[in-house]
Amino acid sequence: MADQTPILELEHVDKSFGPIDVLMDINLKVHAGEVLCLLGDNGAGKSTLIKTLCGVFKPTAGKILMDGKDVRFNRPRDAQEMGISTVHQFGGTFALMSIGRSFFVGVEPTRGWGPFKIFDRAKANEIAVRAVRDFGITRIEDGDRLVGGLSGGERQSLAIARAVHFGARVLILDEPTAALGVKQASHVLRIINEAKRRGLAVIFITHQVMHAMAVGDHFAVLIRGAIAADFRRGEKTREEITDLMAGGETMADLEASIESYEDTHEGRPPPPAP
Amino acid sequence: MNGFSFRSLLRRPEMGSVLSLVLVVAFYVIIGHVDVGNLVGAASWLNFAANLGIVALPVGLLMIAGELDISIGSMIPAGSMTVAILSGYYELPIVVGILGALGFGVAVGLFNGYLATHTTVPSLIITLGSLVAVQGVVLSGSMLLTGAASVPLDAPDWAKTVFGHLIANKYQVIVFWWLGLTALFALFLHVSPWGNWVFALGGDETSARNAGIPTNRLKIMLFVMSSTAAAFVGMCGAIVFNSAQVSGGMNYIFNVIVSVVVGGVLLTGGFGSIIGIFFGAITFAIVNQGIYFTDIDRNWSNLIIGVMLIAAVLMNNTFRKMALAYAPRKKK
Repeated sequence: MADQTPILELEHVDKSFGPIDVLMDINLKVHAGEVLCLLGDNGAGKSTLIKTLCGVFKPTAGKILMDGKDVRFNRPRDAQEMGISTVHQFGGTFALMSIGRSFFVGVEPTRGWGPFKIFDRAKANEIAVRAVRDFGITRIEDGDRLVGGLSGGERQSLAIARAVHFGARVLILDEPTAALGVKQASHVLRIINEAKRRGLAVIFITHQVMHAMAVGDHFAVLIRGAIAADFRRGEKTREEITDLMAGGETMADLEASIESYEDTHEGRPPPPAP
Repeated sequence: MNGFSFRSLLRRPEMGSVLSLVLVVAFYVIIGHVDVGNLVGAASWLNFAANLGIVALPVGLLMIAGELDISIGSMIPAGSMTVAILSGYYELPIVVGILGALGFGVAVGLFNGYLATHTTVPSLIITLGSLVAVQGVVLSGSMLLTGAASVPLDAPDWAKTVFGHLIANKYQVIVFWWLGLTALFALFLHVSPWGNWVFALGGDETSARNAGIPTNRLKIMLFVMSSTAAAFVGMCGAIVFNSAQVSGGMNYIFNVIVSVVVGGVLLTGGFGSIIGIFFGAITFAIVNQGIYFTDIDRNWSNLIIGVMLIAAVLMNNTFRKMALAYAPRKKK
């Protein structure tokens, strides 16, 4: 693994908006069949980093390398054509479209000839349902169902299956588990593992350390626009990671201060901050 | 066995409009003692529905795509005045008048579409602006050029046959245009691959753009369709009635929106059907014109329209929820 060329690599990437530096000297690598977890608290620059990766923003300085070659994305479409697919928090967002129709938005399969091409609904539904079922979501059988009627986890899975179907090599998942319940989240984590097994490089953005530790091979913690820590699976404990994300203010200190409060106040916890 | 059942019908977007139509007709028959035979054959509501329906189709498409066009209210008199001034007052060939009217529609549509795609101003406000502006252009243009606010037009026979004669002395030929356009729009939205783009555009514009759909071009095209359709209806009106007035058309704004919404199109975009819009126009026309066939005082018709609108929207919401909640039962 170590001597392979990473699929996607960031070298000394900076991003600033006018005088405000949002990202500073970001160095990241992700290989095929590997899950890179990007951890960080709100406002750490995660969204800016994702938008830079998927072509919405251009880096102010530094390089993005794909397969070792310098690339430049002028718009999100460029990144998609190179095989970088982003799935946002709520997955496919066409809530009132059918599974088959939303799966093929922009690349509709047609049958017929010349100007009489018609949308091939049966084929679209069949491919979409098969793609989702291949990822282990067997509850989806009918491609005419509306996307909005699926559960959050199923929608995520549909979006991931869609990205994989259309040839994604790098999958960027932006907080896919944030809005989900425990069971749904574990569903999505299984799908992430399946994507990894199929040789995709996955960049998994989250602030839930448990979810990250369940699937991650490689972790990077982002604090105020800089990478504060970069380590591999097993090198740090959950507590250490949480402490890092909180910006060095360790959980242990917080717990100690609560304990000392309880000691002096007859075991009552401190009142919540106003 | 293949999917056809009453429950699957209930999940379709046009269901609300069909039920509204049935309810309205039943109401008129039971309370208003309408002779159904008379009502079905009547030209009044059919002509009304055709004129309304031709504008409702593209406006409905725009609404599915998440936009609104109210400038149709002044595009209808603009279309009739353009053809009357060019071919009536200046006695140019009727073809010039027709192309002028449709060209005016295309120009206003391009203007609306360009602003809607290149600014963040909501299309309601943009088209409100062009509604009023076009009104001003038409009135002052007519006064400057002809010195009157009403212009006569005597169209040649072939133009009358195609755009504006009365079949059996009562049915406007525009009814066939309406049926043809409905079929064309239904093919476009539900059968062609581009229909998918319209739903995607209304569902989530950013995702649609990222999926490679030329969202701006599509939106501009839809605006052009709606203002051109309105100009077309105005033009046919001038040809059939041999004259054009600068006023009128404002009622169309609300009538069209009511028809489209009764037809099951979601006001915020992403959901709807052409069949629904078609039945929405029929339902509206029957409420509006059918009341003359009843014992009911016609002053009540607006009350009925209001109640029907709310009832239809409530039904549509229910059916949409059913469509969302639908999942096939597990096969054993």
